[in-house]
Amino acid sequence: MADEITLEVARFRPGEDTEPVLQSYQVPLREQWAVLDGLSYIKDHLDGTLSFRWSCRMGICGSCGMTVNGDPQLSCATFLTDYAPGPIRIEPLHNFPVIRDLVVDIGDFMDKLPTVKPWLVRDVHSPLEEGEYLQTPEELEDYQQYSMCINCMLCYSACPVYALDQDFVGPAAIALAQRYNLDSRDEGADERLAVLSSPEGIWSCTFVGECSAACPKGVDPAGAIQRYKLTAATQAIKGLLMPRSRR
Amino acid sequence: MTVYERPVHLLWWLERRSYLLFVLRELSSVFVAWTVVYLLLLVNAVSDGPASYQRFLDRSGEWWMVAINVIAMLFLLLHVVTWFGLAPRAMVVKARGRRVPPRQIVAAHYFAWLVLSAIVAWLVLR
Repeated sequence: MADEITLEVARFRPGEDTEPVLQSYQVPLREQWAVLDGLSYIKDHLDGTLSFRWSCRMGICGSCGMTVNGDPQLSCATFLTDYAPGPIRIEPLHNFPVIRDLVVDIGDFMDKLPTVKPWLVRDVHSPLEEGEYLQTPEELEDYQQYSMCINCMLCYSACPVYALDQDFVGPAAIALAQRYNLDSRDEGADERLAVLSSPEGIWSCTFVGECSAACPKGVDPAGAIQRYKLTAATQAIKGLLMPRSRR
Repeated sequence: MTVYERPVHLLWWLERRSYLLFVLRELSSVFVAWTVVYLLLLVNAVSDGPASYQRFLDRSGEWWMVAINVIAMLFLLLHVVTWFGLAPRAMVVKARGRRVPPRQIVAAHYFAWLVLSAIVAWLVLR
């Protein structure tokens, strides 16, 4: 195995560059090093001006999403040796405005997320002395995979619909809405319906499926969206047939 | 704040195999629509009598019509296979409190296809 590998890193310096340019760096090729370790090596030893986001380094925080050789990846969970002998091209997440180098503006996602109310909504809260809201293992299984979402936005980067239509609510936000809709303790499905079943919601999705392929946590946002299409269609038909009944 | 927004290339759907497959799947809807129109033309020709039916058969035997229908059949197969493959992602079916495995949902779709095809074949060939 070679001692070093080349990282071709997209650099964008606002005010200096009109578009990103690739800059090559030689970093040590170590078996246990992820792409993020290579970038940290550049930052610490070769070029302190390189900007990128990271936090936990263990695939939990969702901060270090980048485009590695064309694919959206968590840079802390993508190992250099898997791309040897290189070079490895590292770009910011696609479909988001680039602020600097590998740092993107995630404001659009942060604005959309609360619109689907990704928290437990209750009509009436039980008194504390009544204890926890109990759930069976089967009820937990209904939503558990969607609760694994870490908001890393790799799914938005992989989604061609979001690339073409930035009004699309997007895969992660809809999957997180489903995480609560399918939770037996939640009573907020009606409140999420308007946003989810709007033209910018589930109906924008054309089931390309790349969001699910890109997800590093095994969430299936594409599946969540298709499941909700069935729910929304059923609700719409119920509304037509029984206009006075409560949803 | 100056930001860089990556433009979406006109041929973005050629960038990945999955994007290309998706666009072909969407395009297959046109051939589904064509097949429906073709079947309606067939029904119309049959209802107009033997001479009209014969004209329909003659026109259907033209090389260009055969070519269109062969392409349409390939797209129909792509449409069916891809949508049946995706069905378990949209349908979560539970039986006796347990989730029915995705393979069984796909198998049920193919079985329903087989049964419907057999019924149509029986109606046409009896």
